[in-house]
Formats: sequence, C-alpha cells, structure tokens
Amino acid sequence: MLSQLRSLWEVLKHTFVKPDTVEYPEQRRELFPRYRGRIILTRDPDGEERCVACNLCAVACPVDCIALQKAEDENGRWYPGFFRINFSRCIMCGFCEEACPTNAIQLTPDFEMCEYDRQNMVYEKQHLLIDGTGKYHDYNFYRVAGMTIGGKTKGQAENELPPVDVKTLLP
Amino acid sequence: MARIEIDGESYEVEDGDNLLSACLSLGLDLPYFCWHPAMGSAGACRQCAVIQYKDAEDSRGRLVMACMTPVTGSMRVSIAAEQAREFRSDNIELLMINHPHDCPVCEEGGECHLQDMTVMTGHTFRRYRGRKRTHNNQNLGPFINHEMNRCIACYRCVRFYGEYAGGHDLQVFGVHNNVYFGRFEDGALESEFSGNLVEVCPTGVFTDKTFSAHYSRKWDLQTAPSICVHCSLGCNIAPGERYGELRRVINRYNGDVNGYFLCDRGRFGYGFVNSPERIRKPLLKGHPEITAAMAEKHFHDVLKAAKATIGIGSPRASLEANFALRTLVGEENFFLGLDDTEHTLLETITGMMRNGGIHSPSLREVEQADAVLILGEDVTHSAPRLALSLRQAARNAAFALAGTMHIPLWQDASIRQIQSQARSPLFIASICATRLDDIATDTYQGGPEDIARLGFAIAHHLNHESPEPAGLGNAENSLAAAVAAGLKLAKRPLIVSGTSCSSLAVIQAAYNVAKALPGQNPQLTFTMPECNSLGLAIMGGKRLQQAFERMNENLADSVIILENDLYRRAPGPNVDLFLKTAAHAVVIDSLINATAEKAGLQLPAAAFAESEGTLVNNEGRAQRFFPVYPAPEPARGSWQWLTGALENFQWRHHDDLTAACAITFPALAAITGVSPGADYTIKGCKIPRQPHRYSGRTAMHSDINVREPGQPHDAETPFSFSMEGAMAQVPPGLLPVIWAPGWDSNQSINKFQEETGGHLRDGDAGVRLIEKSGSLEWFRDIPAAFKPQQEVWRIIRLPHIFGSEELSLHSPSIAERLSSSCLFMNPLDAGTLGVSAGEQVAIINLAGSPEDSARDEDELIDLEENSVLEIVAQIDKTLPRGLLVITAGLPEFQFINYWTQVTLKKIHQEGLS
Repeated sequence: MLSQLRSLWEVLKHTFVKPDTVEYPEQRRELFPRYRGRIILTRDPDGEERCVACNLCAVACPVDCIALQKAEDENGRWYPGFFRINFSRCIMCGFCEEACPTNAIQLTPDFEMCEYDRQNMVYEKQHLLIDGTGKYHDYNFYRVAGMTIGGKTKGQAENELPPVDVKTLLP
Repeated sequence: MARIEIDGESYEVEDGDNLLSACLSLGLDLPYFCWHPAMGSAGACRQCAVIQYKDAEDSRGRLVMACMTPVTGSMRVSIAAEQAREFRSDNIELLMINHPHDCPVCEEGGECHLQDMTVMTGHTFRRYRGRKRTHNNQNLGPFINHEMNRCIACYRCVRFYGEYAGGHDLQVFGVHNNVYFGRFEDGALESEFSGNLVEVCPTGVFTDKTFSAHYSRKWDLQTAPSICVHCSLGCNIAPGERYGELRRVINRYNGDVNGYFLCDRGRFGYGFVNSPERIRKPLLKGHPEITAAMAEKHFHDVLKAAKATIGIGSPRASLEANFALRTLVGEENFFLGLDDTEHTLLETITGMMRNGGIHSPSLREVEQADAVLILGEDVTHSAPRLALSLRQAARNAAFALAGTMHIPLWQDASIRQIQSQARSPLFIASICATRLDDIATDTYQGGPEDIARLGFAIAHHLNHESPEPAGLGNAENSLAAAVAAGLKLAKRPLIVSGTSCSSLAVIQAAYNVAKALPGQNPQLTFTMPECNSLGLAIMGGKRLQQAFERMNENLADSVIILENDLYRRAPGPNVDLFLKTAAHAVVIDSLINATAEKAGLQLPAAAFAESEGTLVNNEGRAQRFFPVYPAPEPARGSWQWLTGALENFQWRHHDDLTAACAITFPALAAITGVSPGADYTIKGCKIPRQPHRYSGRTAMHSDINVREPGQPHDAETPFSFSMEGAMAQVPPGLLPVIWAPGWDSNQSINKFQEETGGHLRDGDAGVRLIEKSGSLEWFRDIPAAFKPQQEVWRIIRLPHIFGSEELSLHSPSIAERLSSSCLFMNPLDAGTLGVSAGEQVAIINLAGSPEDSARDEDELIDLEENSVLEIVAQIDKTLPRGLLVITAGLPEFQFINYWTQVTLKKIHQEGLS
C-alpha cells in the first residue's frame, strides 16, 4: 500500500519538473557536431574528392546500404565512379565513418530526411559530396600515401625519401 | 612419418619435410612470406621463426627459421613461445618500415598476405617515424601493374618468374635495402606466365591491371568454380563478378591439374565476356526487334518447317549443349563442326587414348616425368600451362641427385645449384624454335613429315618391332638413337604431341614411341585446340564436309550452328555456299562472328561465366563449370535454347541433360559424378557464391528501384546467388571462394589441402573418363621426307598463345599482346627472294581462297584478283627451308589453308631505296 502511494507521489512530482522534450519542429535541440545523422562525402584541404573508393565503408555497413565503384583518373588517382547510399536502409550507426581511412565519409547532425517517396532516399554521389572538409580539416590521404597522383610523384609524400637510383653501386 | 611436439602437443608429420610446411599442413598458423609450396624454401624473409628445443629438458631453446629446418623424429618446437612471437612481430615491423600507406588504394587490399601476416603477428601500431624509401615504377605491359614501394623483398617474384617459369626479363637490381624487382627497362613482361606474379607476390607490388580497371574487393566479388575455356588443359579458375560484369579470373587450386598457376591467356582472356561484340539480343534478319519469346517461337517454326535440320556442334561448347543439339536434330544430322584435318586428328587421338593402352597423365604427373619427348609442338603456345609443368619435369634429375646427396627437396637454392649437373632429358622436335628450347637436352627442327620420321626412328630404336623410316639421314638417325637412349633410362617417360602440326603422321609417331617404351609407365599426352575438343571427339559425329554435301544434295534445308564460327573451320566459299543454300540458318553463340552475321536467326548464348556445362580436357578429365552470375536476359545457356526447342521438353534441368548424355554415351557415363547436382545442400542451404562479407546488397540496385529484388534463383547448380549458407562443410573442390579465418589471401588454400601443395581434402574436382586399356597395332604409314621445292613454299599455321584462340582474341588486354600478323621464313629462302626482315612480300596462289564477291567489303585485307596476300616477312633462323609460318587463328589468315603450296614475290616499295 505504502509502496503504491510512493509510486504515485513520485510520478506526480514529475508534473512540476522541467520537461526534456521540445516542441519539434518549432523548437529544435542543439545537436553536437559528432551527432550521427545524414552522411556526406567531403573533400580534402586541396578541394579534391577525399574518397578513394576503397570499399571499406561498404563492407563495414551492417545493412549493406552503401554501393560504389572504383574509378581512376588519368593521373592515377582513385575515386568513386558512382557512390550510392540507400538512406531508407541506413541506421546511422557511423561504422562507415569509423572505417573510412581517408576521413571522406562523415556523419552530420542533420537527421531531417523525410520523404513521401522512398525512392528519394537513395542518394548518389552528387547528393552526398560537399565542397568542404567536414569535421576533419587537415587530412589529405594522398599526401601520406605512396601512390603517384597528379602533382605528386614518388618521394614527394610526407616522410618519403627521393626515389632510389637502382643503378648506383654506392652503399 | 615422424612424431614431433609443437607447443606441448604431439603431432604426426611427414619425415624430411620442412617444419613450416609441416606446421601449415597441420593447420597451425605460422606467418611466412618467401616460402611457397610450389617453389620450396628460400629463407629470405626471416618471418617463420620458431623456438626449437634440444631435448625434453631444454627450457631456453634456440630461434630457427621453420622453413629451413627439416623435421626430425622427436623434435620439440614452440610457435607460441614469447621469444619467437616477439621476433616475428619485430620482423614484420622491420618489413613494414618502408611500406607505404597505400592499403585503401591498393588492389591487393583485402586479399593481401602481408596484411594477414601483419595482423597475425600483432603489429598494429607504427613506431617508426623516419622517412620511407621509395622506388619508381615501371610500365610492365597490359597485364601487370607495378608498385615497387610496397615490396618487402621476399624474392618470390624472381624465383617464380625466372626459376620456375623460365622468364629472363624480370630481375632483381640494386644493393642492400635498395633492391628493386623489375625489368631492365619499361616494357611488357615477356613470360607467358607473368600473370601469376599477381598471386605469387605476397603484397601489392604486382597487381592485375585488367582487374584494376574495373576493380572490386575480393569480398565483393561473386564467384563460382569454373574451368578455363581458352585451351584444352582445363585449368580450374575462379572468375569473379560484380555489378553484372565479369571482373577477373584467378587461379582455383586443383592438385591434379593446374595447381597454383595459370597462363596469361587463361587469366586475362576473360575480357571477351564483357565485350561489345557479345550477342546480347536475339536477332531475326529483316525484323527490327524481337523478344526472347518470339525468337523461341521462330526457332520452333524453323525446326517444324524444315525437311531436315543439320546441327553443327562445337569443341568450345559443353558436352551437354552438344548433346542437346544432337538430340534435337537426330544423330544422322549431327556434325562435329571441326576442320577436316582436325577431325581426323582428334578421332585418331581419341582412339589412341581409349584403346592404345598408354596412360594419359595429369599435369601433376607431367611434373613427375623424368624424360620427355615433345613431337611437333610448341606447348607454350598450344597448351601453355603444360609448358610450365614440363619445366618442372626437367628438374627431376636434380631432385634425384639431391636425394643421393641428402639435400632435402624443399631446399630450393641448393637444388638450383646442382641443376647444372643434372637435368632430366627433354627432347623437342618442332617446326621452328620453341619457348622451351632453353631447357631442352636436344632440339630438332623440320617439316611435319621430318618430325614424324624422327618419331618413327626413335620408336624403332626403342623397339625393333616398330617400323623404321627409310632413308633417314645420319644426323637424324644418331639423334633418334640418343633420344631413345634417354627415354629408355627413364622410369616415368612422357611423350607430348598434339594437333599443332596438323599431321596425322606426327601423332602416330608419338604413339609408336610411347608404345615402344620399355617399362610399365609410359605416358602420352596430346594437346588439342579447344576446351572441349576431346569431349566432342568422344561423343563423335560426322564431318563438317559431310554437312556441306548433305545440304548441297538437298537432303536438308536448315541448319543450327552451335557456338561455332564455320569460317575458322572450312574454306570460305564452301561456308558461303552452305549458308546460302540453307533456307534457315540459326546460330547460337555468345560473340558476333562471320558465321553469326550471315545467320537468319541469332540466339544469344550465355558465356562460360554465365552458364553451366561439362568439359573434357586433353587428359580425359571431365570437369564442370558453373555460372558465376545469372545470364543477362535474354541470353540463355546454349543448352537451354536447344532443350527448349525439343518436342516433348523432357529435360527441364541441366542435371537431367547430363544424366541423359551419360546414358547415351557409355564413354561419358562418369560425367554425372563430376559434381553434385542442383539438389545438393549442406544443412538445407545451397553453397553461397558470395563471401560472407559481400557488401552493397541493399544499395547496388536501388538506383533502379529502392525495393530490393529477390536474389535470383539457381535451379541448375548446387550454388546460390547469395551470401547465405555455411561454407565450413563445403568440400574444398566445390568452394567458390578460398578463405579461412585470418587468411584473407589466396594462401588460405593451405587450410583446404591434405598437405601443403597436395590434393584438396575430399578430392580434387573432376573425374577421369579414360583409363589406359587395350593396345593398338604399330602405325606403319611413314611419310617421305619433306623436300623443299624451288620457289614453292608450304604454309604452316602454328598456334600462338595470344591470337590463336578465338574467344580470348576479343579480350582487350590480350589484343594488346597479339602476335604480329607476319610471315616467318628461313633466312636462305629470304636471301633467294632478296627479302630482309620487315619487308613486304606477296603470297600468290592461295588455294582455297575465296572469290572477291564472297568476301565482305569491310574485310581487313584487300584481295587482288589472283588472291594475293601482302604481308610483312620476318626471318626465323630455325625454320626449315621451304616452309612459311603464320599464326593460326588470326582473323586475317583465316582463309589460308594449312599446308597450302604458295609462291612468293617481293614487293618493291616505291620511294624506298
């Protein structure tokens, strides 16, 4: 009996507590930058596409909602020929961002993605790719990697020695 | 057998094996790089360190390299000992110091042995902060990408390329930690086996360039067990598909056939499947668009209306498709669709294999042969993978010598050392120099008759009951005696011959030699032109020429041509007339060709990667290939078009068709046992074609429709187009994808073999149809020696690895390596004509060349009235006088008959001095 009364009391007490919920959409909560919402593809500090089409996001995705195809430009730079996310399947888990070795794929605090037609939830590369660097400003994968791309040959990446002259006999 | 103790557990292992191989055979995980089961131990990478204890009391032990340590009885070792683990982890850290940060953009990523080993040893964090050494790359041609930065200097590439495959142009350069693996200068790798570098290299230095052009990770490829269709050897392959396109072909291990290696034609020839020249839709002449249903109805109508329908089979179609055609048109109307000479040769070979009483060896047995005679073949071009096996066979004397010197057989460097002292005899008699001449004990060049005569002479020297060729020269006679002496000493002698020379006498001579060999184990193997040549020959049927006659005599008025370009098989005018006479010509094929263009009805056939069927290789082994992905509508398997047209539609499924074929042909009775049928399941599940990490399932088709389609259903095979199902209990011979936990790379095959480099557990795929029985009489038709005539030459068409095979011609990467369309001639002949290398000559009086009216206007070569072909001449010193060699199968030479007598004229080019 006493316990029931106490429960009633506890519940009623909450009538006077400030509510956690807000009157969405008139009122909006402030979201943290690392909130996991709509996925974007970012560019590196030089303005080039960061994604190198390594397929790690796709394989990390627990609902298999990412599909892409590697392509290569004339300078040897890998990029996704197409990049598709089926947001009607996406569970915003952020595994893709965790898996991404180039910081290309990032989750943003935007979660307002309602559509009348489910087909519109399928985002292609042009819908995903933004012009900025997103959350990580400095990283440029190709400056670290050993691959030759346009404007960077062997020995010009970070922490690289100039290419070995194999014909020298000097120690 | 020896009993050894590893980490306190007692194991039974092969005595004399090396410890690494023994550990891997036991299923233990021990990291390694430079050791390869086919190439033995080098001790270069220092990765497989273990602790070996002196005796039961020893608690300290010493560090040894497992790959260089022979297994001895009551040995005690530890893989898990802290010191050994630390050493292996440090070693990886050192190997990784200069390794670039490339994994996301590396084609090897996800199936990389270096990744596997790095994870296995626990090196997860880079401590080194210094600068990395870099290398410039080379352009190695259309097949292979080069990214030298990724090298860990295990030396596997040069050991494979130079020592195993006999290539000369891939070397190691530089000193100390600057070593560089590449060519002296940029350029395509010359070896026909360069593609294996992709799989031999444990990192991403050598990767598949054709795959990189439409790259997918290993885990994203849908794969099914398949058989290479580019020559008669039937190598096992694992083609991979993504987004409806065939992406690559890799080796699929078969302990009896190809083992670890493929040739470049097999690996890179797959491009024809994606070719724009594919027949994608049914085509009815005079009708703009027809659907599959309309095509099927028209096909029915043609069959119904026809007085009689001729069916022309194909050596590149499966047994089932040929059988379905034979049933559809009736036995009396079924023709094999082979070149006339080839038909004779294949019939003879089939007779020898079935009733000749001589064993036809698998490639594994070829590698164990201790004396080899090649009669009239350049195997590198006619059956490339066989050449690689013959190269290993030449080492058997060194292995035998090593045995007497107590050198273990896996001590690669030591065996290579003594190789100069002992080499198994390999004799090559061929028309001109071959790619195996560098390891040959002796070579002989002559016309086909001369080769046959030499063969008959060898047989006579071995056994005097065998007929002797009359009037043999002294040189030939002493060579024959020497060859006979070499073969006589051998325990497992092998005779190799085939259809390259288009000479019956050569094949009969080869049989005589094999029959004359003393001892119990003579072996005889024939190379054939296509993947199912032997299967078709076993099935048997009439000659193509008879089909032409039948049509001419008006006994039949329609024809169904199954996966066959008749212009490759018979003189153009005859085919023209044949197709013109036929009221209806139906072609079922996957690629557009001259025959298909002339057909009234084209039915799109599925390529090998889209359909199923059984092929019989040159050994007599029946093997099944399975569709990797569903044939894109409206293409269907040839057998489906044909069974669909059968009156009472008795065979709905491929298994029924196979069973019916086995019943009809007692010689093919075993084909039902080649692989399990469509009802095969493991715990209620079919075998998944997709790896368990297959990605993008809910997004790959969502651009078309966000509602995902169901997985295609496969009613014909034990496989499913899905990732569902357990892989653990699948017999290794049926595994689409080779993968084991911790072993993402192809090296995981160790986990599925009885012992490393041995047979697959539960048996290798395929069933041998022919075992030796009976005996044939000596062949006594010895031809007269070839005598060159004044100003008359004979054309010889020899196969070339890149260019002679019909399908691979349509692969873009192979097209870049095509053999040049030129004419080879003897320097003396060239001298009399006044021609030097690179100059144009005109071939005159090509017998059997077509009239102008019959050729298409867009034909590559303009034929003048007297059927003259202008062509660049090249000089081949080894070619006998009076012979001219061209590459067989090149479209521009298609109309030139074999053994045609021609005259030559030098073309004086104006404006040139």
